[in-house]
Amino acid sequence: MASKGIRDRVAIVGMGCTQFGEHWDKGAEDLLVDSATAAFDSAGIAKDDVDAFWLGTMGSGISGLTLSRPLKLDYKPVTRLENMCATGSEAFRNACYAVASGAVDTAMAIGVEKLKDSGFSGLVVSRPPDDGSAAELSAPALFSLLAPAYSKKYGVDKDELKNVLTRIAWKNHKNGAVNPRAQFRREVPMETIAASPIMAGQLGIFDCSGVSDGSAAAVIVRAEDAHRYTDKPIYVKGLSFVAGPAAGVIDPDYDYTTFTEVVRAAEDAYQQAGVEDPRAQLAMAEVHDCFTPTELVLMEDLGFAERGTAWKEVLAGTFDLDGELPVNPDGGLKAFGHPIGASGLRMLFECWLQLRQEAPPERTIKSVAAGKKLALTHNLGGSPGECVSFVSVVGSEPSA
Amino acid sequence: MGVIVSYGTYIPYWRLDRSKIGEALETFGQGTRAVASYDEDTTTMGVEAARACLAAAPPGVRVGQVLFVTTEPAYLDKTNATAIHAALDLDAGAVAFDMVGSVNSANGAFAAANAAPMPTLVVLSDLRTGLPGGADEAGGGDGAVAFLYSPDGPSLLDFLGWGASTEEFLDRYRQPGDDHSHLWEERFGEAAYTPLAEQAVAEALKQAGVSPGDIDYAIVTGVHPRAVRVVAKSLGVGKEALVDDLTGVIGNTGAAHGGIVLADLLDRAEAGKTILRVTLADGAIATLSRTTDALVDWRSRRPAIASVAGQIAAGRNDLSYTKFLTWRGQLHRDPPRRPDPTPPVAPASRRKETWKFAFHASRCEECGTRHLPPARVCVNCGAVDRMSQERLAETPATIATYTVDRLAFSLSPPIVATVVDFDGGGRFRCEMTDVDPATVAIGNRVEMTFRRISTVNGIHNYFWKARPSREEAS
Repeated sequence: MASKGIRDRVAIVGMGCTQFGEHWDKGAEDLLVDSATAAFDSAGIAKDDVDAFWLGTMGSGISGLTLSRPLKLDYKPVTRLENMCATGSEAFRNACYAVASGAVDTAMAIGVEKLKDSGFSGLVVSRPPDDGSAAELSAPALFSLLAPAYSKKYGVDKDELKNVLTRIAWKNHKNGAVNPRAQFRREVPMETIAASPIMAGQLGIFDCSGVSDGSAAAVIVRAEDAHRYTDKPIYVKGLSFVAGPAAGVIDPDYDYTTFTEVVRAAEDAYQQAGVEDPRAQLAMAEVHDCFTPTELVLMEDLGFAERGTAWKEVLAGTFDLDGELPVNPDGGLKAFGHPIGASGLRMLFECWLQLRQEAPPERTIKSVAAGKKLALTHNLGGSPGECVSFVSVVGSEPSA
Repeated sequence: MGVIVSYGTYIPYWRLDRSKIGEALETFGQGTRAVASYDEDTTTMGVEAARACLAAAPPGVRVGQVLFVTTEPAYLDKTNATAIHAALDLDAGAVAFDMVGSVNSANGAFAAANAAPMPTLVVLSDLRTGLPGGADEAGGGDGAVAFLYSPDGPSLLDFLGWGASTEEFLDRYRQPGDDHSHLWEERFGEAAYTPLAEQAVAEALKQAGVSPGDIDYAIVTGVHPRAVRVVAKSLGVGKEALVDDLTGVIGNTGAAHGGIVLADLLDRAEAGKTILRVTLADGAIATLSRTTDALVDWRSRRPAIASVAGQIAAGRNDLSYTKFLTWRGQLHRDPPRRPDPTPPVAPASRRKETWKFAFHASRCEECGTRHLPPARVCVNCGAVDRMSQERLAETPATIATYTVDRLAFSLSPPIVATVVDFDGGGRFRCEMTDVDPATVAIGNRVEMTFRRISTVNGIHNYFWKARPSREEAS
């Protein structure tokens, strides 16, 4: 029943990513033109060379016209899609399948979000008319539910857990500080993070990802055609996406220390990619650190740490830029920012740079030079107990 | 003829210490008043009182009529009693009527219930506010009480007789939509009410064949504080017979007040005691009744929190005056940079009525798994449309995890959000209310309470929240 996957059948041959942040002088249409143009240039192609487009955006436009209008596309198919915070990754997954199917030769996956125009603090999601019975809680509140549950289950003292969460934010800010595309480009002292105003539960403002504007894009072709475009294509090894039955919010057996959806997506993607020991095999991972407890739990759900031990690994620096398995070397959602529809593709952009050894020296991970050739991206959308999750594994070499 | 077979009261969790008004406005105040929380209105308080009343009702009594009395209805044009009817999960065949606008409507509801051929639930609920610094703000109170009448008994309080004296005069009045009422000059009210009370009491005594000396307890309530004091002294009953009218602790709860004071008395009175009740509101009405053996027996089966004294004791009196003003809409504070809550839409609310109002879960008939909200497909075994509905409003639950949300919109931030697991299965994520965030912990016991989540575009969003278990705490 597991998905068969499309291992090594398609490859990324060009990518573009705007700076993320407060683009008061640019609209979604400008950001789309910027990232698409950068991706076309990166692949050495013109827009007319792309046969079909997949546009991911949660709320910055509806229909394919959101892309075809600013790019002045020549009557090409554009699919506009949304899958909460996994939107950008969904655009990528569907574009990959279109190429793998043989229906098109060249596809573009592109994501955009223009969040800062709303004028509100935090993320604002509109929902269809309903009976008003669903509690309208903020995203930090929903993810903060993980913290007391994790503390209790693994006997981690509340203050100790706060140190762990603080260190995750500190690490991602440290990584983002040297990334010119990141929204926040300065290191933040742990004391500042720990003392930041509380948003929800144990989470301060520095435990939350940045609300920002941005766009990222990828050009995808069949693997056998990839070298026509670049000497260093990035091959798609595994793509998994699951939408859960939202069981956690109704099932008393769910304990708020895991995302079942992530566990299932990871299992599927690893199986497709032939990954047996992710911690040993992966050069790096870009994970969905929407809030610091999310990254903590993801380290266990993605198989980077044993259950109940991720907090110790975080404190030990396992996931630092120079650690055993660098996680979010580009700064993550925390420091790079989180324009919803763009984030999944932004993560792939970092894999693209690192696996091709094109990241600037100050933030180059050592694992690639040491011979590791695989990278992982991960998104989740929704909240603990009811979410969607995406996991991809990409690599710099086709399988032997 | 209907007799009282059960009753229940609801005194909100919060008290405002009148000295806090004094501190802020340099006035004098002592004692406390009960305050409906930011998520309560007369409808929700009525539901709470009615739930307590029905929980203690004799088995098998099927409510055929709901009469809802308040001076502060949540809606006009639309019946508020139907929301109470729905939250109580009553039969569609039971009628629901509002008797709103004046304090004296309570007596009308009692009279109608007394004469009704079917079991009738009288719900009195009120929310009293005045302008900042005024006597009505400090002296008012919020609360609700419900009495269940049934032609079949057993009677907790036998009706002996009553007398009325109706007169049109301008004493307390309010234009619809105004946030405070006006009271004519105090001595005028005293002069007007005193002879009316005398006539009504004389008629009641005559009808009941009771002499003033036989009266064990006298309750005087009304819309005019000075007249209430004067009439109480003029009744000719002993000082020990005059029942504390609770205004020092909860304030005058308007249309609910006579009922709440009666309930408090019934919480402790022995059998065979004769009670005189006098209400001063646009005339005077006097009622004589006598407690029964059934009352003592009925009372022994109720939890301590059901009593007025129990709820007064469980209250919290550290509410700040500024928070009180904010809740009342009298302090217009800067909102957070977040969108307004989304109001519910009528068709979805109607489709989901048994969930939204009656708090029904569905239980899979194949594997027993409970679903909140009700689902058609079982999350455990996948069976489709094999569900039966069951009400969980009265089922206790335990906190599985929780958080304090300082970002989401609330009239009284922060929101305490909790995931609760119900006894017998089923999980739900909801807001928590009437709680000190510092005391919330995994494993704490909670119970459900009917609240107003928000009001946007003139639409009240009613739904259930969790609150710390009052019964298991006491």
